[in-house]
Amino acid sequence: MNEQSIVIMDAVNLNYHSPEGETPALEDISLSVSKGEFISIVGPSGCGKTTILSLIAGLIRPTSGRILIEGKEVDGPSSKTGYMLQQDHLFEWRTIQQNVLLGLEIQGKITKENKRRAIHLLETYGLADFRDHYPWQLSGGMRQRVALIRTLAINPDLLLLDEPFSALDYQTRLALSDEVAGIIRKEEKTALLVTHDISEAISMSDRILVLSKRPGSVKSEYSIHLTGENRSPVELRKAPEFRNYFNKIWKELDVHVS
Amino acid sequence: MSVNKRHNNDSPEHLAYLNKIKQKEIAVRVSQIAILLAFLALWELAASLKWIDSFITSQPTRIWNTIRNLYQTGELYRHVFVTLYETIIGFTLGTITGTAIAIVLWWSDFAAKVADPYLVVLNSLPKVALGPIIIVWMGAGTASIVTMALLVSVIVTVIGVLNGFLDVSPDKIKLLKTFGATKRQILTKVVLPASIPTIISALKINVGMSWVGVIVGEFLVSKAGLGYLAVYGGQVFQLDLVMTSVIIMLVAAALMYQGVAWLEKRYMKGRR
Ligand SMILES: Nc1ncnc2c1ncn2[C@@H]1O[C@H](COP(=O)(O)OP(=O)(O)OP(=O)(O)O)[C@@H](O)[C@H]1O
Ligand SMILES: [Mg+2]
Repeated sequence: MNEQSIVIMDAVNLNYHSPEGETPALEDISLSVSKGEFISIVGPSGCGKTTILSLIAGLIRPTSGRILIEGKEVDGPSSKTGYMLQQDHLFEWRTIQQNVLLGLEIQGKITKENKRRAIHLLETYGLADFRDHYPWQLSGGMRQRVALIRTLAINPDLLLLDEPFSALDYQTRLALSDEVAGIIRKEEKTALLVTHDISEAISMSDRILVLSKRPGSVKSEYSIHLTGENRSPVELRKAPEFRNYFNKIWKELDVHVS
Repeated sequence: MSVNKRHNNDSPEHLAYLNKIKQKEIAVRVSQIAILLAFLALWELAASLKWIDSFITSQPTRIWNTIRNLYQTGELYRHVFVTLYETIIGFTLGTITGTAIAIVLWWSDFAAKVADPYLVVLNSLPKVALGPIIIVWMGAGTASIVTMALLVSVIVTVIGVLNGFLDVSPDKIKLLKTFGATKRQILTKVVLPASIPTIISALKINVGMSWVGVIVGEFLVSKAGLGYLAVYGGQVFQLDLVMTSVIIMLVAAALMYQGVAWLEKRYMKGRR
């Protein structure tokens, strides 16, 4: 836990309460994320992955333990973090541009400067022609890209991505994960990605955390070093080390089809 | 990028298909008009040939004459105007009040839980039964009639619109929260706009509801309006007048419904 850490979770526990009872979702989670790092979280369904992101985003409070972003305790949503959900949730009554400006609007930061930045992002990532279109006129991949730009428009340092590709078909998913990895690197963001897809995690990340089943705790951690010409996730899947990581994590996850 | 965009180079097969749809549409429309005309013709014929007693059933030509007379004396406008005025005010108030109450109940989970049994009971109460009470409280005039229309439509609006609000996807709300949205922003940026289609269907129902309220109100207290005309016609045993006012109501209510449908179409333009 050095001062370079953008996120620190220190011995975090979280229990959900409902009339049916108490659900321990996370148990003694500690992790630290350095600036510029790309971390993936994998783990069995229901082990608390989304809960981790919700905690860091300040949407819920931990039962015990501390969560710090840039050294400050999280006490609510902050414009330093951008959260991208599994579904794009573009608002069908808004045009693409209006959708992208949503975050700035909510935070009362619609300035000429910020607006120009957001529109520039649309242009850079090939959506300029669709500014005045409505979401239903775009393909699934394009919509998810718009959702990412909506997240980037508030200029967060930290991106929280909750299975952002899982609603897409395989081809689109590969292409988009490549593109998103590129965007995140280019914009120099720190990212925390939750995914079910081991290959996706290995090809995109610097580090992978494997969670145990509920209540989730960090079971193991892998630093990923793949050798390849460039850093494109699609290319990195061909790296010689890829298989090795895959097998280890696969075993770790202990997936049973029963 | 309209999905059903027509292309000039449609294949003959596709053109045949489109043609078939068109033909069917025309056949339906022709049948609808034919039934109406046949009904009117039969009615007219039966009355002329004395199969039925036109004194109690009236007949299309007599209705037509009644409308003409009313038009010439200028009374037609007066009655139609009075009823439309009351209906539109009642309709608007019912929708606005209902939506406002729904907003309060959405805002406060506690209030919604407390209100729930009252809503259920009030919803099943036949609101027109409150007519005599309203008249005592508000006097025998327009205020009572408008209140009647409001009462008839307000509870269904509250229930319909609140359900629409609660149907808004929790993830859309989560998305706003990640941007740090306040409750007020959640209401105005997502809950209300996402519920516009629900509110429009409430409007459609309220057209019918407010007509019920106004006509019953007019039955009870009025000195003018289509409901008054119908009751008066019944009292002096002028069935022509009764039928005439019913038919004018029919046309007016249909036009009002079309107005809402037009609003809906305009709103939905370009969106899905
Ligand atoms: N609001 C809540 N109230 C009660 N229990 C909850 C709540 N949210 C989540 N849980 C429970 O907590 C556990 C962890 O949920 P979470 O959504 O974080 O899992 P996840 O790892 O993201 O799962 P998935 O892979 O299915 O997305 C689950 O067992 C879930 O049922
Ligand atoms: Mg999840």
